[in-house]
Amino acid sequence: MIVFLIKRLANAVLVMLAVALLAFLIFRFAGDPVELMANEQMSQADRIELREKLGLNDSFLTQFGRFVGNAAQGDFGISYRNGQDVMKLIAERFPATMELALVATVLSLLIGLPLGVLTAIHRGRWYSEGLQFVSIIGVSLPSFVVGILLILVFAVTLGLVPAFGRGDVVQFGWWSTGLLTASGRASLLLPSLALALYQITLVMRLVRAEMMEVLRSDFVKFARARGVPRWRIYFRHALRNCLMPVVTMTAMNFGSLIAFALITETVFQWPGMGMLFIQAVTFLDMPVMAGYLCIVSFIFVTLNTLVDIAYAVIDPRLRDATR
Amino acid sequence: MTDHVQQTTPPRRPSRLARWRQSDLWWSFTHKPSAIIGAVILTFLIVTAFAAPLIAPQNPFDPAQLELWNSELPPIWEADGQWPYVLGTDTQGRDMLSAILYGSRISILIGVASVVLSLAVGLSLGLVAGYFGRFIDNLLMRIGDVLLSIPTILIAILVSAVARQMLPPELRDVGSAAVLVLAITLSAWVQYARTVRAQTIVERGKEYVQAARLLKTPARRIMLKHILPNTLTPILVAATLNFGMAILTEATLSFLGIGMPPSQPSLGTLIRLGNQFLFSGVWWVVLFPVVQLCLLVVSVNLLGDWLRDALNPKLR
Repeated sequence: MIVFLIKRLANAVLVMLAVALLAFLIFRFAGDPVELMANEQMSQADRIELREKLGLNDSFLTQFGRFVGNAAQGDFGISYRNGQDVMKLIAERFPATMELALVATVLSLLIGLPLGVLTAIHRGRWYSEGLQFVSIIGVSLPSFVVGILLILVFAVTLGLVPAFGRGDVVQFGWWSTGLLTASGRASLLLPSLALALYQITLVMRLVRAEMMEVLRSDFVKFARARGVPRWRIYFRHALRNCLMPVVTMTAMNFGSLIAFALITETVFQWPGMGMLFIQAVTFLDMPVMAGYLCIVSFIFVTLNTLVDIAYAVIDPRLRDATR
Repeated sequence: MTDHVQQTTPPRRPSRLARWRQSDLWWSFTHKPSAIIGAVILTFLIVTAFAAPLIAPQNPFDPAQLELWNSELPPIWEADGQWPYVLGTDTQGRDMLSAILYGSRISILIGVASVVLSLAVGLSLGLVAGYFGRFIDNLLMRIGDVLLSIPTILIAILVSAVARQMLPPELRDVGSAAVLVLAITLSAWVQYARTVRAQTIVERGKEYVQAARLLKTPARRIMLKHILPNTLTPILVAATLNFGMAILTEATLSFLGIGMPPSQPSLGTLIRLGNQFLFSGVWWVVLFPVVQLCLLVVSVNLLGDWLRDALNPKLR
């Protein structure tokens, strides 16, 4: 077990180092940092001095080592665009994105689980087949299209909810939340639904497939024979046995949910990390891009590693299988 | 007597078409309405997209044909609609139907090019990794692990943004299609490589490959002629579904403003341009490209769904 743990952690560290290398390459070689930082009036001597100060004349390995060292302490340098500390910029936007992703996850489970159970136990009925078909469309629609359509229907035509921004937020130390104000909740509705739709269809399809398998098993037949009420069989006995893969998928997909939030955030002008990143991409603000890449990958890799370790704790057979 | 004569003549091999009509694949296709719908829609979209120069009322890339007094015309069935602008015009007087047809052509071409390129990269790397094993295998699979550890959309955005920056300004318009193909390929090849590698490792141990090796068949020939054909079934399914994914990724990048430029608009670019007018009541400039994109991707996915079930030996 300890060997497995060490190997898995080493693997995660290696992946993070590779990501850091990628971020470093972008920062260092996609455009000259000095040229991007310097303004017009800067003299040649100042530029040389700045180059020296930034340590751009050191060897590649020294520079990369310094980059990793700083990044590990949460220091990604200063934004080219507005001269602010990158980590501070990202930390300000972090709660908005997390809130969006968390609410989307909750929505996907609240909607996806019952629909999955329904389509599994009423297989072949017209509404189950209809939901199956709708789920293919749900998987096919890109999230920005879902966002635009939601805005078009609920904000432009019906005028029910605001189409962009976060509404009023309440500040708790460094964390800000829109869940406690009416306008905050109303603003959260469309973006979280747009972000959740893909996840809802995934959960629904997974639960349906698992349920159909479990419903054929002997213990369900036995429960039926004992005369256990139907809803109790479905929700207490069968659904419980389907939850493990659902939990795994939800945990593993949370990272991509945060990454995909950048599209939703752009559509809804949601002031999260993703919008910060897209603005950085258009202005070629390399430190912000590098910082965002590292942080999102860190969340992604951490979740994957935790899920793997949790599996190994639960099921000892997996410890040998993953070399 | 006549029966006897007929039996002695060797049975004629049925034509390719006849064999295809006899196949399981054709049978499952004709018995799956969603697959037929998908195929019909997709064929229609591809044909109209590539016939765009012949059937479109206007060449949306030719500024001389754009007339500003025809801007923001609603679709033909609304009160102010005007022939030949069936789906209305945008704020620059560009006919939406023509823009959508030309845009679909760009989207489809980029989708096809990315699938072909990722197939070429993924298949060859997967074959080499699976056949030779050891160091090459380890190296390629580690690279794949890292790529899979970062959300694919992030890779595509970074590659696209950085590569465009590297291009000289005069090449940016021409080069953006190539950059997009590259960005999508980089995030998509791993899946093919992994599938082919796993299959290659299985096939390598089988007798027919060992026989070929004993005959001193060159490794390249064994890989391409003997092993590759046996790995293609799952690849076909993955390629179909990835074609839909590639179109989506392209549309997403263009929507975010790091894909096709407004001078060469793909469907994603059209949606981005139309999105700016979402609140000014000009709904047709965003809705019709959205509908076209959805039709395109949904029809591809319907076909992919059918192929996956039809080619899955477990479901036979």
